[in-house]
Amino acid sequence: MAEAEPGYGRPLPELQGFSEEFYGWCKKRELRFQRCSDCGAWRHVPREMCAECGSWHWEWARSSGRGTVFTWTVVVRAMHPAFQEDVPLAPAVIEMEEGVRLLSQVSDCRPDELAIGMPVEVVFDDVTAEITLPKFRRAGSRARKSPEKGVS
Amino acid sequence: MKDQACIVGIGETAYVRRPGSGMSLLGLQLQAAVRAIQDAGLDGARIDGLMPFPNLGSAEAFAANLGCENLRYAATIHMGGAAPVASLQAAATAVIAGIASFVLIPAGWNGYSGARARQTVAQDAASMPGGEIARDYYLPYGLTAPPQWYSLMARRHMHEYGTKPEQLGAIAVAMRNHAQRNPRAVMHGRPMSLDDYLASPMLADPYRLFDCCLETDGAAAAVLTTVERARDLDVKPVYIMAAASGQPYPADEITNRKDIFKTGLTIAAPEAFARAGIGPADVDFAQIYDCFTFEVLQQLEETGFCKRGEGGAFVEGGRIELGGELPVNTHGGLLSEAHVLGMNHIVEAVRQLRGDAGERQVENAEIGIVTGWGDFGDGSIAVLRR
Repeated sequence: MAEAEPGYGRPLPELQGFSEEFYGWCKKRELRFQRCSDCGAWRHVPREMCAECGSWHWEWARSSGRGTVFTWTVVVRAMHPAFQEDVPLAPAVIEMEEGVRLLSQVSDCRPDELAIGMPVEVVFDDVTAEITLPKFRRAGSRARKSPEKGVS
Repeated sequence: MKDQACIVGIGETAYVRRPGSGMSLLGLQLQAAVRAIQDAGLDGARIDGLMPFPNLGSAEAFAANLGCENLRYAATIHMGGAAPVASLQAAATAVIAGIASFVLIPAGWNGYSGARARQTVAQDAASMPGGEIARDYYLPYGLTAPPQWYSLMARRHMHEYGTKPEQLGAIAVAMRNHAQRNPRAVMHGRPMSLDDYLASPMLADPYRLFDCCLETDGAAAAVLTTVERARDLDVKPVYIMAAASGQPYPADEITNRKDIFKTGLTIAAPEAFARAGIGPADVDFAQIYDCFTFEVLQQLEETGFCKRGEGGAFVEGGRIELGGELPVNTHGGLLSEAHVLGMNHIVEAVRQLRGDAGERQVENAEIGIVTGWGDFGDGSIAVLRR
C-alpha cells in the first residue's frame, strides 16, 4: 500500500494506471467512471475491457455525482491501526445514478443517521497534497462546515 | 465423480488460544498431517499429492518433512476459506483420473499467537482478496477487514428481508451449545445465552463480537484416495458423492454485484446436489463455514435449505441445533470450536459419518454436507456419505 504522508497517516491509493486516472479526475473535482464507447455500459472499478460487450474502447465519463446509500457498515473497533482515532466510522456503498456503485463515506452524517436509499452527492476531500478522495454528503445540504478538513 | 473417491484419513492438533501452540506454522500443520496419514494406515512415502492452503505453506516443504518421495500432484486453490472444500473437489478429480493415488490436504495456522487474520488482511495487498482493488478503492475509506466486508451484505439482507440481530444470535448460540458437547472446542465449558450475545460489544455493525469467529492456533488435515484403493486399507471410508466450487461475479470486487447475495455457493450447491443425485432434504447435517453468523444464514439460503430471505426464520427455534431438523456445525464451528480455516468442518463431517462423534453424534447420520466460504464470497461444497 502507499506510504501515508506524515500528518494524514491513513492508507492511500497507489497512483498507477487506472487508479492514477480515477483519482486524477477527483483531484480536478470531477467524479468520472469508465463508460464503454460501444455499448455505453458504465463500470467501476476500472477494468481493461467491457465485460458486457467485449469492447476495448472506453472513456472517462463524468458522473452526475448523485446517488443513494446502498448499504454500509459501522467500524466500531478499528481493525487497522490507522483508523483508531476515526471510529465510529461508516464505510458506505453508494449507488450512483449511472448504476455503478463505489465504496466511500458520507462525511456529514453520523453513522446512526445513515439510511438505505438516502440521497447523497459527491464532495471531494483533499486528504494530502497528491490525493483527493471522493466522499459524499446528504443531497441538497448546503456546503456546511464539515468535520473533514478540506472538504469542498 | 460420484462415489469414486473417499476420505480415508483425518487428523487434528489441539485447538488453543493463550499461550499459543508453541509450534511453527509448518510444524503445526505437519502434526495434523502425520495424524491424518496414520489414521489412514499409511506413511508419508505413500502420499503423492499435496494441496496446501493458500499462503500458509508450500507443497515442497510438506513433502520434504513427510518423506513424500514420489510427489506428482501439487496444487493450491486460491479461494481463502473455501479452499479446503474446493481442494476435496480437486483432489477427488486427481485420484479418479489417476494423476495421484493419495492426496493430503492440510490447513492450519497460529491464528491467535501469530499474525492475526485482521492484521495480515489489512496490511498486505498481495494476500488480500481483491488485491490492488482493495488497496486503491476500499482501504482509503476505512474498509479493511473481513467482518466489515461481509457486514455490508448482512445489513442489506436485514433491509430487504427483515433479518434480525436475534436471528444472527440464534446461530452464535447454536454453535456455542454444540461446543459444550465437544471437549476439543475452545469454548467448551463456556456456555452463552442469547442475552450474552446481544450484550457483546459491536465490532462492525451489525456484527457484534459473538458474530465473529474465534482466533485460535490449530491445524487439521485429510487424506483422499479412490474407493478402489481404500479397500486395501483398514478404514471406514467416507464417500464423496459430489463436490463443487464457484465464485461470485465479480469475485474481486464486492460492491458492484447485480445480485449481492449471489455468491460462489449459489452456483456450486445446485451443481453438487445434481451430481450427487440428492437434494437438501436428504441431508442429515451441515457443516457450514461460519466465519461470521450472517454467512451461515446466507449459505443456508443459497444451498437451498430454505428460500432466500427465509434464513432468519430457519435458524430459530433450535432447528439448526443437535436434535433439530438440520444440525449445523456439530463441533461448534469457527465460532465456538476453533478457526481452522474450515478444515475442522471436513474433519467433523467425517467423524459424524464414521459414527465417531460421541455425545454430539447425529443419530444414524448417512449424508452430510460441508461448505467453504472465502475471500469476497468464493464458495465450495462437498456432499459426503458414509
